[in-house]
Amino acid sequence: MARFRIPQIPASEITPEAVWAERRNWLKQAIALGALGATTPAAWGARGPDSAMPALPGTSNAEYSVIDKPTEWGDITGYNNFYEFGTGKSDPQRHAHRMQTDPWAVEVEGEVLKPRKFDIDELRKLAPMEERVYRLRCVEAWSMVIPWVGYPLSELLRRVEPTGNARYVTFETALQPDAMPGVSRRILDWPYVEALRIDEAMHPLTLLVFGLYGKVLPNQNGAPLRLAVPWKYGFKSGKSIVRIRLVEAMPRSSWMVAAPTEYGFYANVNPDVPHPRWSQATERRIGDHLFAPRVKTRMYNGYGEQVASMYAGMDLRRDF
Amino acid sequence: MQAWICVVTSEAARLSRRWAPAQVSRFKPLVFLLCLYPVFRWFYLAFSIEGLGANPPEYLIRSTGIWAIVMLWLTLCVTPVRRLLKQPALVGVRRMLGLFSFFYTALHVLGWAYWERGWSLWEMALDIVQRTFIWVGVLATVPMLLLALTSTRGWMRRLGSGWQRLHASIYAIALLSVWHFWLVRSGKVDYREPVIYGVILAVILGGRFFLRRP
Repeated sequence: MARFRIPQIPASEITPEAVWAERRNWLKQAIALGALGATTPAAWGARGPDSAMPALPGTSNAEYSVIDKPTEWGDITGYNNFYEFGTGKSDPQRHAHRMQTDPWAVEVEGEVLKPRKFDIDELRKLAPMEERVYRLRCVEAWSMVIPWVGYPLSELLRRVEPTGNARYVTFETALQPDAMPGVSRRILDWPYVEALRIDEAMHPLTLLVFGLYGKVLPNQNGAPLRLAVPWKYGFKSGKSIVRIRLVEAMPRSSWMVAAPTEYGFYANVNPDVPHPRWSQATERRIGDHLFAPRVKTRMYNGYGEQVASMYAGMDLRRDF
Repeated sequence: MQAWICVVTSEAARLSRRWAPAQVSRFKPLVFLLCLYPVFRWFYLAFSIEGLGANPPEYLIRSTGIWAIVMLWLTLCVTPVRRLLKQPALVGVRRMLGLFSFFYTALHVLGWAYWERGWSLWEMALDIVQRTFIWVGVLATVPMLLLALTSTRGWMRRLGSGWQRLHASIYAIALLSVWHFWLVRSGKVDYREPVIYGVILAVILGGRFFLRRP
């Protein structure tokens, strides 16, 4: 099998040097005028990770990393969809600290020869940690670039030896009603369940994530462990996982149950298939300047070269 | 005789407690500034530590939409409040409130046109045709534009009694606004906010019903 390669950046996406130079000139002038100092000290404050978070380094995996500039720590940890903590984007940051993440164990069960419970400490040592910079495209048409720390999910799945009947994998998010104000309301059928096809789950890009920016994953981002499936809309990447079940029949995810016309099983990033209530052709890159244009969304979020073959022959309008 | 004098004096006293239109007008600059509060707040936030959040365009589009509704509700409050306080001259601030609602609606629409559709008329047209909640928003905005244009004294005179009938469409606009808000939130399956605004609207319109014209 061919080695996976990150697709090269098309020449059209590289900023022409003239434009780049002009921007630099503009910036220099602005600094000379003192305008920047007076107007935007703030937005630039939260760029680095929170120094209070314990470190969780990973070996940088350039082959699986995009070269886009990573989104600021403050935006990655302050603008989240984690409905267990409320539907507002800042609700997770406000409430997630109450979630109990230690002790933590993950039950791996179903169509496997060796079902068992993994303690979080054991999971952290299961395979070498890598740092991978992935694009994240939310179904709500915004995107980030995130330096995750983790290892491929396949490392874990191989150890439980899936049977021939294991065609799908479900991921169940923790349910801690005392810490999660959102679950008292029937927004979704709690606990949150997401699922992948087994080949998607075993794909080398599918990352089991334990850290962010070289730090332990903050609770609002899905501590102590979550998935990152970069070619799918963000909601497919389950957070704060407590149960992984391998099954034979295609499961119904929480969003498929809540809004079957809006969310399908695959949820692959696809600029040509609009959400019923908005276009998916473009996205807002979080952290961009207020007057920056929207970014064109790419098929499979730009990971087509690695993943498109899994969907060959499928009608992506029907299997959205 | 004495009783009659009593009635006359109390009637005079009541009338004197009524604000004259000129007295209400004196407060209009203050009302104007208060109605600009959201604009001041956006500028304040934009230059604060937090900024306008991680997604400023989204924040501004939502915020302008909310304030358009708040101003519309305040406009609808004028009549019940006039009756409650028995101060008919309060009608003097109604046009300003209505125009502020239009102002925030216009910002809301411009925010959508720029940040969501990149000023492309084709993209805007597609959005209107393809998405129910945009369509409902347009249904609310177009008559509102008409009301704003005909809000001048000249148009009141020209339209005569038809002006009242035309401007009664504010009720339809209010209902469409709640519907629009509801549709926006339907994906989140979280209807708390549209429900709250809907209930407040019901109270305001109910107040109009219970506080009949004196």
